[in-house]
Amino acid sequence: MAKVKGAVTIDENRCKGCDLCVVACPTDTLMLQPKEVNDRGYHFAFMKNPDNCIGCASCAIVCPDGCIEVYRMTLQQA
Amino acid sequence: MTTEEIIQSGKKVYERPRLLTENITHYCPGCGHGVVHKLVAEVIDELGIEDRTVGVAPVGCAVFAYNYIDVDWIEAAHGRAPAIATAVSRLYPNDVVFTYQGDGDLAAIGTAETIHAANRGENIVIIFINNAIYGMTGGQMAPTTLLGQKTATTPYGRQADLNGFPIKISDILAQLDGTCYVTRQAVFTTAATRKTKAALKKAFQNAMAHKGTSVVEVVSNCPSGWKLSPEKANEWLNEHMLEKYPLGDIKNV
Repeated sequence: MAKVKGAVTIDENRCKGCDLCVVACPTDTLMLQPKEVNDRGYHFAFMKNPDNCIGCASCAIVCPDGCIEVYRMTLQQA
Repeated sequence: MTTEEIIQSGKKVYERPRLLTENITHYCPGCGHGVVHKLVAEVIDELGIEDRTVGVAPVGCAVFAYNYIDVDWIEAAHGRAPAIATAVSRLYPNDVVFTYQGDGDLAAIGTAETIHAANRGENIVIIFINNAIYGMTGGQMAPTTLLGQKTATTPYGRQADLNGFPIKISDILAQLDGTCYVTRQAVFTTAATRKTKAALKKAFQNAMAHKGTSVVEVVSNCPSGWKLSPEKANEWLNEHMLEKYPLGDIKNV
């Protein structure tokens, strides 16, 4: 059965830490940095559970700052 | 399969719209303006009209919209964006002209320009961001503010006997014969954002087909003005704003 895996890249310095991508993510992949901040002092988003990502792009669609890009690939399993 | 491998060999399913500039927006975290800017940039790119699109920026939070989307822009005086758009669309009939206005610009100071441009059936797209508050000036009451909503100038909530009622400007514009497409959308969830993109695309296609005025109202949030986190602001929008401003097409000729 084919399995879909995804990954996102986040432009950390554009991110304003609004949390909307974390809310939109259906698979609990994303999270805001609990302590670390970017150049402008925002707690930026990162992939907490990279294995969960299915590349649905929900996070990227709701991101107001366009800092998320999404990749997806289909794995063939025997 | 690691994240790096997926990024290297996987298919890119979502990328930053090509027409968005590298400038970081001045909007507050979680503001709906950023999402709508992104959708407008995507739609213009997909329709392949970037070399003949002219935007008219308003006064309000979106006053610097010309810094963020890489098409031609004009900055209008407060509320006068539909009047400027009228001039551009008449002088350059093959250009696709759109205005991008907030509720203070379109529904308060610019009501006359908006209604008459729509009534004349000017071939323009009006993108109307309705967040029920004057965001840029510090969260004062707007004409679209809901009854009971607390703002800087209505600290005990908007009262009908003192402040009047919220105005549903899209419903007014839908009654005019000049408009061909009036719709109300939102950007608070992924599904709603996809629908908004489809609505914007239809509006721009109407302008390309010279069908008349298209109005796309986007019910948006204002986390700073509403004094809520972006997440709570979207929940508040879902609970309260959509009751007064229901989503969907109001007119589609």
